[in-house]
Amino acid sequence: MGVKQRTKSLRAKNSQLSDTFYQLKVLKKGVEPGNGKGFAPFDQKLAGHNIQSLRPDGIEIFQLNIGKLCNQTCSHCHVDAGPDKRDEMMTREDLETCLEIIEKHKIPTVDITGGAPEMHSEFRWFVRECYKLGAEVMARCNLTIIVANKKYHDIPEFYRDHKVKVVSSLPHFSDKRTDSQRGDGVFGDSIKALKMLNEVGYGKEDSGLTLDLVYNPTGAYLPGSQATLEREFKRKLKRKFDVDFNNLYAITNQPISRFLEYLIHTDQYESYMEKLINAFNPSTVEGLMCKYTLSVSWDGYIYDCDFNQMLDLKVDAPGQHISEFDPETLAGRKIITGQHCYACTAGAGSSCGGEISE
Amino acid sequence: MKKQYFNPDDLKKFGDITEHQKELGEKFFEYYGSVFKDGALTMREKSLIALAVAHTIQCPYCIDAFTTGSLENGSDEEEMMEAVHVAAAIRGGASLVFSVQMMDHAKKMSM
Repeated sequence: MGVKQRTKSLRAKNSQLSDTFYQLKVLKKGVEPGNGKGFAPFDQKLAGHNIQSLRPDGIEIFQLNIGKLCNQTCSHCHVDAGPDKRDEMMTREDLETCLEIIEKHKIPTVDITGGAPEMHSEFRWFVRECYKLGAEVMARCNLTIIVANKKYHDIPEFYRDHKVKVVSSLPHFSDKRTDSQRGDGVFGDSIKALKMLNEVGYGKEDSGLTLDLVYNPTGAYLPGSQATLEREFKRKLKRKFDVDFNNLYAITNQPISRFLEYLIHTDQYESYMEKLINAFNPSTVEGLMCKYTLSVSWDGYIYDCDFNQMLDLKVDAPGQHISEFDPETLAGRKIITGQHCYACTAGAGSSCGGEISE
Repeated sequence: MKKQYFNPDDLKKFGDITEHQKELGEKFFEYYGSVFKDGALTMREKSLIALAVAHTIQCPYCIDAFTTGSLENGSDEEEMMEAVHVAAAIRGGASLVFSVQMMDHAKKMSM
């Protein structure tokens, strides 16, 4: 197995930040409601724009974090995934419960993430079952897993055969900037994997096979225009490597987990929060992913979004576990917000599908 | 308190220049905002031009602002350094081209 370690997990480093309570404490630091000093609380910011609370609009995407095991340890990973996370994997029983929910409630899209979800022993079975149910399946593939071990080399064909929409992180078209975030050699292996995906039709016109890339800043700055970045990525990847893809999603780094550690370590936490808050854009609120997504953790708990999941902020509704799944009570819940939500409302906004408003 | 001409925090106060001349200040920011929108040139290209100019005029605020702006718009260090070399080449060339005047004058003054 080719492991790419840029860093170690917060747990492996015995970092205080591996404790979600500590992360929330850091995020609350500097918040001084009402007096105009410090960082405005997110809810207060919303109220200033006549938005009292966030409520869900429905469940279009069922996002499942099926495990934290990964062949990479990226320096910004909000999941704190890595090769040491062998125990945090969704059980077959919980995956079966997820299938029942998808079927019963006709959820149109299943977004499978990790870790590297392909490393889960039940991954292929689960994708096949979702495909049989007629759900659109999205897999968040880190690319390098495809070339990490012989047993994953046929992933592109497997994805093609089950019409999986592939969403892959590639923070930059330069090897230096990509490797500085994701580990030495990640860029080269990612290009190899992209070529393998292209060979089976992904990213090619009229193939019906979608390959989207995810850009996120490789430092303490916000993403620029998604359209500009997409144009440049397409031009550079085509010219230098003859690689094609469909869309680029520009995603803002969340000030949580390993990225929070980086911000604190480099003394940029306050200036980054200032940037996020100053870039608050109320027009992004209606399109926030928490309004149409449910996020499920490896142990079957339900969250408003992937980021709330990583801060262990479970949905504010009775029945927080998939075994008690009740769409009616979930529909009436108030979405839990915090200072980290500023990352989704900054500039053009940010979601798992990239920019929210132009 | 540190005594220095350039304080990095002053960049955050750029908006305050409207204080004693609101109309002209606001007009400037409106113009500035329009200049940096995507047009015939992309925001990415404009940020690289601004970065090169920032080095030419040696404005530390502008260097900070457009290093960030270039990164935000997807440029990497290789591209940014090339942009600075363009500025350096023009700046150096502008000095060197005057050597024609020097040579002419020297010729005129010489036997």
